[in-house]
Amino acid sequence: MSCSRRDFLRRSIKGGIAASLPLSAFKFLSPAQAKSLVRESGLRWVFLVDTTKCVGCGLCVKACKLENEVPYDVPVTRTWVERYVVTKDGKFHADSPMGGRDGFTEQKIDEQEIPPEEIAKAFFVPKLCNQCENPACVQVCPVGATFQTPEGVVLVDRTWCIGCAYCIMACPYGARFFHPVYRVAEKCTFCYHRISKGMKTACVQACPFGARQIGNFKDENDPVTKTILTQRVAVLKDEYGTKPQVYYIGLDSNVR
Amino acid sequence: MSDIYVHGLEWTVKELFTYPNEFIYWSVQIVMYPYMTGLVAGAFVLSSLYHVFGQEDLKDMARFALVFSLALLPVATMPLLMHLQQPFRALNPMFTPHFTSAIAAFGIVFSTYGMIVLSEIWFVYRTYFVEQYLALQGKTGAANTLRRLVYAIFTLGAFDTSEAAVAKDHKAVKILAGVGIPVACFLHGYAGFIFGSVKANALWMSPLMPVIFIMSAVVSGIALCMVTYIVIMEFKKFQATLARGRGDESVQIIGGVETDVIRKASRYLLGFMVAAISLELLDLIFRGYTAMKSWDILRSVMYGKDFINIFVLQYGIGNLLPFFMLLIGRTTIRKTAIACLLVLFGVFMMRWNVVIGGQAFSLSFAGYMHYKLPIIPHNIETFKEGLFGALTVAVTPFVIFYVLNKFVPAMNYGTNGAKLSNN
Repeated sequence: MSCSRRDFLRRSIKGGIAASLPLSAFKFLSPAQAKSLVRESGLRWVFLVDTTKCVGCGLCVKACKLENEVPYDVPVTRTWVERYVVTKDGKFHADSPMGGRDGFTEQKIDEQEIPPEEIAKAFFVPKLCNQCENPACVQVCPVGATFQTPEGVVLVDRTWCIGCAYCIMACPYGARFFHPVYRVAEKCTFCYHRISKGMKTACVQACPFGARQIGNFKDENDPVTKTILTQRVAVLKDEYGTKPQVYYIGLDSNVR
Repeated sequence: MSDIYVHGLEWTVKELFTYPNEFIYWSVQIVMYPYMTGLVAGAFVLSSLYHVFGQEDLKDMARFALVFSLALLPVATMPLLMHLQQPFRALNPMFTPHFTSAIAAFGIVFSTYGMIVLSEIWFVYRTYFVEQYLALQGKTGAANTLRRLVYAIFTLGAFDTSEAAVAKDHKAVKILAGVGIPVACFLHGYAGFIFGSVKANALWMSPLMPVIFIMSAVVSGIALCMVTYIVIMEFKKFQATLARGRGDESVQIIGGVETDVIRKASRYLLGFMVAAISLELLDLIFRGYTAMKSWDILRSVMYGKDFINIFVLQYGIGNLLPFFMLLIGRTTIRKTAIACLLVLFGVFMMRWNVVIGGQAFSLSFAGYMHYKLPIIPHNIETFKEGLFGALTVAVTPFVIFYVLNKFVPAMNYGTNGAKLSNN
């Protein structure tokens, strides 16, 4: 059988089209469609931080680092506590040395001594991943290594992350970093391994003052849900449209 | 748990209030990435100006630019590989592309573009490959046999050099160059989109970003082609002078062609520079005028900490100075070469100011981060994301071009009217 190059190409194209027809019988689902086919979860983890109860002891940061095996003596951390000091001239000063791991024992903020009589107000703000409803980090991951579970928690697949840092760049909250050992994107998971077994997160359990609470927003009898629905709460940086799911009591306009 | 390494800790200097996890995660390699893709895209657009729009005056430059863009092509991926924390997973985006991400399609766009450049070069040089193959047919010796084999492979079995076949080649080149322009612009505009779509970054987020990137890409591509062209032509002139004396006719011809091509190419360079600078200034003015929440910190970075980088090095030395050098006075080779080098520097500074400048301030808008470029490497990370890593990326295209030029001569072939060949 003779087959010129032209014939060969022509037949290859025809063959290719013929082979792709049966493939078109398969339906490609958009992520949203696929999600709707999976049974709707009865869970939506949310977090509640009562900043008025936080004393900045740093036990939550300690507990988190130990529980989640983030090296203890590095500045990166899944959760951290910020200290804010607003002086009488309306200016604010803030810091979070080592993520507030060892508490705030120094009077100085950024090498600057602030005399107590000049302080108008001071408070602590614990921070962690907001497990956004519309997470920017998940949107920008080029390989889908980071994803949102049906319960709303954003996780990272350490075996598939390529370490491009696009998610770190995309997070407006600075919640992400590279794990110093695994060298892939790392973040707070609301202690997914614990809450899935009915336990509290490490930070919630470690907090002696009840400043941190975790709850299920789909359970209307959950005390956290009740608080969020009935009290005046706020979220961080809602202007980015990420719909954060960590709610704060006693947030101040100085909080960044 | 051993071998603890906090990425970014070594080259980030923090000031005032920053979040604990904030570092310069995108360092010098991410400056090199848009710089290199910009050069690729720019070189290709320059060559297409001749192939598609029939700008005869760029004929000599066009072929050169095309081969050079092929030499630059593999280098565009180098900075990404050096930046990835998991370089062995570099192909994962091709296996499981997550298309909501601006990076996910990079492999697809990049390989499409690579195929276009490769096939265009093949059509341009096919006749040459056949000629070389036929010329080497009678010759003996291992080197000749090997060269013949290489050219035989390059022809892909298409030995027909009849007029009709060559005409078809020309048509194919035109189509490929035409398709190539939007793809090249897409490749680079896409790099701009990667930055422009990061809503968390106040400096990057702008719909103008892709267009700004494309314009500065073309500027840098043209400038690099001009510089390399000048260097090679000067070398040829030098060779001819050595061989036949200063007054020889061939020296005059080379000099004449060189000046002519350079004068014409610099006109295009000026045009694209005007577009690039206008867009950048528009972006800057708009930010200042609308003065959103982030403007306070942006202003303090732009007019304060990065003032030298932005207004002196980028706009002053990198844009305005070469602009007037090219515009005013007589065109001389030396002046043009210096102006082009300054333009290249200016575009590099623009990439630097976007990538590093975008991380110069904290997400808290209340603190700063300063990038200390690692010079002497003491581990693999400080090499990859330091001066020497960047230099490796910068030098590689010239090495590739040197090798390519052995088989696909970018200069001698096909310059009708003035055959400069010495072979």
